[in-house]
Amino acid sequence: MGLLSKKDAKLILDPLTDDNPITIQVLGICSALAITAQLKPSIVMAVSVMFVLGLGNVVISLLRNVIPSKIRIIVQLIVVATLVIIVDQVLKAFAYELSKELSVFIGLIITNCIIMGRFEAFALGNKPWPSFLDGIGNSLGYGVILVIVGFFRELLGSGTLFGFKVLGDPIAKTGLYAIGYENNGFMVLPPMALIVVGIIIWVQRSRNPALIEEN
Amino acid sequence: MAIDRDKNSYTIIFSVIMVVVVGSLLAGFASGLKPMITVNMEAEKQQNILYAMNVNDNEGASDVAFIPTDEVAADFSKYVTKQFVIEGTKTTENNEAYLIDIKKEANKAKKAGYVRKLPIMIGEKDGKEIYIVPVRGKGLWDAIWGFVAMDKTMTIQGVYFDHKGETPGLGAEIKQRYFMDDFKGESFLNGNAFEGIDVAKGNNDPLNNDKTDYEVDALAGATITGDGVAAMLKKDIKMYVPYFKSLNK
Repeated sequence: MGLLSKKDAKLILDPLTDDNPITIQVLGICSALAITAQLKPSIVMAVSVMFVLGLGNVVISLLRNVIPSKIRIIVQLIVVATLVIIVDQVLKAFAYELSKELSVFIGLIITNCIIMGRFEAFALGNKPWPSFLDGIGNSLGYGVILVIVGFFRELLGSGTLFGFKVLGDPIAKTGLYAIGYENNGFMVLPPMALIVVGIIIWVQRSRNPALIEEN
Repeated sequence: MAIDRDKNSYTIIFSVIMVVVVGSLLAGFASGLKPMITVNMEAEKQQNILYAMNVNDNEGASDVAFIPTDEVAADFSKYVTKQFVIEGTKTTENNEAYLIDIKKEANKAKKAGYVRKLPIMIGEKDGKEIYIVPVRGKGLWDAIWGFVAMDKTMTIQGVYFDHKGETPGLGAEIKQRYFMDDFKGESFLNGNAFEGIDVAKGNNDPLNNDKTDYEVDALAGATITGDGVAAMLKKDIKMYVPYFKSLNK
């Protein structure tokens, strides 16, 4: 990391591992359950959140000395909402099919607790550049989990990745299906996303016992 | 000089500036991107209409596959030969009939004396004339809509349904092929009378081999959405009956 100082690199890397927004802070779970049935929407969601959070953090950080503290939550909401509407419009104009697929979830970025959480906890008290890195780091951490969950759910639930039939054709019985393999329809449903996230949390904490909370 | 950020006047001025800035930014984006969004929505309509008349990329795909967006305009003008707007007993040719907003028309028609504009597209595939009409109704949570392609005798050649917010895995399945394909071959007319098509639970014909029962098999767990589809077909297709009768004279 020659480009970034040690402190800056930490801002990006920490949320990827030991301070992950989903598995450690357990924020942004709602969208992680809803859109991860397939890999493609997971990635688009991750990129959209990265855009909103990275830019939003910068905007909030620039305004941090002028925002009246009485209405700061409303101001934060307006900044998120504005950015989300822009993302929505741009997707509608340039990736219409995708925007149809994501439909309500793009709007739900507004309620993604990671975003409000980072605005309130970081951007309001830090300079724009660290805030930007913090936003990118946290959305990367969010995106990594989304992609992992999406990968397993699409692979085991539909036997595809990005829509390609990687395990063979379930109707024509080719590939794995020829020897009796079946798709697990449960993987497509939201509860299974919770279980997959749970397994990730389990694996992560058993590799790093320092993360386990004391009761 | 530090500004007192706790003063009410400061809060109000800040809010006003924020609203103006954000408002003009969003307005700029919306009007700047509008032409592209309109083009996309028109292409989607064309894809749906072509899908209903069985012009699609379904071959080899496991689910609904439309004609790709960049080819759809050419295919649309190739397969859809004529478009009409029906107003009462008057029928006028209109090459943009498919763009008529039937939601707006349905609202206007609530006023007494308004003659509703009914769009109908006439296409030709494999030497057969196909009549495509749009339908719109209510599902469980929100709007459902679609296109129905019929021949002269009001026998369904194909349908396409879509929805705004039905439950994934349940009501949202109306846009899956296995449900839409069930409609093919069913007829709306029983002799001379308009019968409609029911989405029926327990119709003893889950594979839909019986094409003369005016029923298709319902989706498990999606009773209201299914009823919505049936009601939408009954209500909207019925308006076209006089037109089809005049064709068969």
